[in-house]
Amino acid sequence: MVISGLDIFKLLPRTNCGDCGVPTCMAFAMKLAQKKAELRECPFASEEAKAILGAAAESPMQLAKIGEKSVFEAGNETVLFRHEKTFVHQTGIAIQLCSSEEEKELLKKIKEIEDYKIERVGEELYTDLFFLSHDTEDAQQFLKIIDLVKQNSKKGIILDCENQEVLSEAIQLLREDSPAVLLKKEITEADIEQAKVNGLCLIITAKNFDDLTLQAEKAKNAGVKNLFLNLDCDNLGRQLQNNTILRRAALKQNFKPFGFPLFSYIEAENKDDLLAKASFLLCKYCSLIVLPDYDKALLYSLFTLRQNIYTDPQKPIQVEAKVYPIGEPTPESPVFVTTNFSLTYFMVSGEIENSGISAHLLIVDVEGQSVLTAWAAGKFTGEKIAKFVKDIKLEEQIKTRKIIIPGFVAQISGDLEEALPGWEVIVGCQEASDIPSFIKNVELV
Amino acid sequence: MTNFKIPKEKIAGKVTEVVIGATSDQGGTRSHTITIGGSTALPFLFFEGDFPHPPVIAMEVFDKPPAKYPDVLLEYYRDVIGKPGEMAKKCVELYGAELISIRLEGTHPEKGNKSVEEAVEIVKQVLTSVEVPIIISGHSFFEKINEVMKKVCEVTAGENCLINYVENDNYKTIAAACIAYKHTLVAQTPIDVNLAKQLNILLIEMNFPEDKIVMDPLTGTLGYGLEYTYSIIERIRNDCLAGDKLLGFPMLINPGYESFKIKETRVSAQEYPQWGDPELRAAYWETATAMSLLAAGAELLILYHPRSVETVKQKIREMFASGNGE
Repeated sequence: MVISGLDIFKLLPRTNCGDCGVPTCMAFAMKLAQKKAELRECPFASEEAKAILGAAAESPMQLAKIGEKSVFEAGNETVLFRHEKTFVHQTGIAIQLCSSEEEKELLKKIKEIEDYKIERVGEELYTDLFFLSHDTEDAQQFLKIIDLVKQNSKKGIILDCENQEVLSEAIQLLREDSPAVLLKKEITEADIEQAKVNGLCLIITAKNFDDLTLQAEKAKNAGVKNLFLNLDCDNLGRQLQNNTILRRAALKQNFKPFGFPLFSYIEAENKDDLLAKASFLLCKYCSLIVLPDYDKALLYSLFTLRQNIYTDPQKPIQVEAKVYPIGEPTPESPVFVTTNFSLTYFMVSGEIENSGISAHLLIVDVEGQSVLTAWAAGKFTGEKIAKFVKDIKLEEQIKTRKIIIPGFVAQISGDLEEALPGWEVIVGCQEASDIPSFIKNVELV
Repeated sequence: MTNFKIPKEKIAGKVTEVVIGATSDQGGTRSHTITIGGSTALPFLFFEGDFPHPPVIAMEVFDKPPAKYPDVLLEYYRDVIGKPGEMAKKCVELYGAELISIRLEGTHPEKGNKSVEEAVEIVKQVLTSVEVPIIISGHSFFEKINEVMKKVCEVTAGENCLINYVENDNYKTIAAACIAYKHTLVAQTPIDVNLAKQLNILLIEMNFPEDKIVMDPLTGTLGYGLEYTYSIIERIRNDCLAGDKLLGFPMLINPGYESFKIKETRVSAQEYPQWGDPELRAAYWETATAMSLLAAGAELLILYHPRSVETVKQKIREMFASGNGE
């Protein structure tokens, strides 16, 4: 919620004492409004001022946390659309394991999931949590999975168990691990007490908005703020609408009971359905999703989607600046150069690969900007490319002395040839999609 | 207790409705027409708007089998990939395609250099093989594609095909042909809201009918620019609903064409064991692309993998049966 400088000024002492380091209260109020100062810098701020400004400064959506050895955080979202600014926390992915599953199978799965990490554009992608469901009569089986997970993984745990006794035992096993508990029935005082005593994150399940409001308020008023909201829904369209309504309520109406991240256990008919629903909900406001099933292809697709959607639009993803081999290049293979904007790298390397030749792809560090943007900013110049070639001692590794530059920066060819004596500059095509055609028609070495 | 009132956005605009195809009493030979667009709120938000037409799925056939067509797709199309009429039939009857796109990339001088006459033959072949509305998809070799599209527009006069596409640097010839022979048109721009507006303005200035424009903001597939397409579509749709008529057109996306160019849908399990089963990977990659862009606002999706088509169609049906929230 935004409070204007003028409204803040009305809450200040208005003595212009200067103790905060700013000459007048009005100036200080303006700084506060821009979040360039904090109220505690004023030694004379009233309790009322502290309360009002404190509430206003509170994030419209709380932060939720699960796990200790590997902490998963969600919430504190501030926008409905990533292009407005950025999403803050990427959707958490939890894999379900059931107590009815055979121990050997469970161990295999846990190890597989723990080991499954994919690197993409310099970031390691992996699942975040385990969702452990108790679906047998034997309490020991549930406690056994918990033990197996604890022994073999650092990932946090969500407990799905309706038997209160077994749940309590499970919570004791995890008393140092800050697990989450999925409440399938209306929240009770006992649930709240248990959460406070054991530092639990609670996932509240409700049937409709009024039910959810009541339950969330109950928890919040009792001081439990580490919460996820789970609005029961069996239709993807309704779920999208619910999610949208909940996020709008939190961010635009400042409706406090809905100011918490959203959870979803994804029911699906098969894995194609699961992937489709998970993709959709990951884009639309689910902060934590549970997958009842998985395979590598499904996880890899979801990881990539998550990475794409949750990238800060203001901060382009960069790849490492170095020489990338395409195919099996020799010292006589062609040399291409372009910028370290990840998309540029993917597109150019992909097109060179598609054309079937082997080459060296030089990726220059321009802080992740695209070719034209980097050139306009003076980061992708003949001088800079030449310096990079020298720094990585390229001339010692390869014999080729022709370098192919992106068509859009033909204008740097003179400077580049000057800065790289002995080299000839070839101006390439402008669009990555024309690279195969360019390669077919032009002498590259 | 605090009472909760569902927050409804104030809507000041809507997406135009665009009809593709023509039945016999309209001058064509399609069994039915397909209408896209008409939404008065953000995608699938039934509680605050009207959605007269669900998003639709097209599949694509080729005048010449693409040189790099991946094995995962040949599993489905090996017997028909060189026979666009039969492939179209298979796509419609077996895989549920609601429209067929005929990709005439073989007419590109460097990808087959097929003649205008050959292209026309293939279009006619497909028109007689299926009765669903038709999309004609080209390429960016301006000189040639203008010739091809001019002739195709003439030959298919009355069918109200969706001519795919024109761009800022090349639109006059093809747009004029569309006006003359009464076809619908895709305006393609490179992931840029201002360029999209500009092209729409250029078309409207030459008196192109506003209810026959479809936008293509250029599809970056998953991992290869998806988030740019996603955000452009969201921005365009938000601007449209805020009242900007120059961005108020339904949108077309190409998950099929884009997804099957990249490594992730093509490499074997041996090369990249961590990426999982190739068949699943191919379908999932396209499905994830399609579902996310559907969430953003796409109305016409051209998909390649039969599994993605089935899954996405099913999800659209499910969502349109959802009614209001709660």
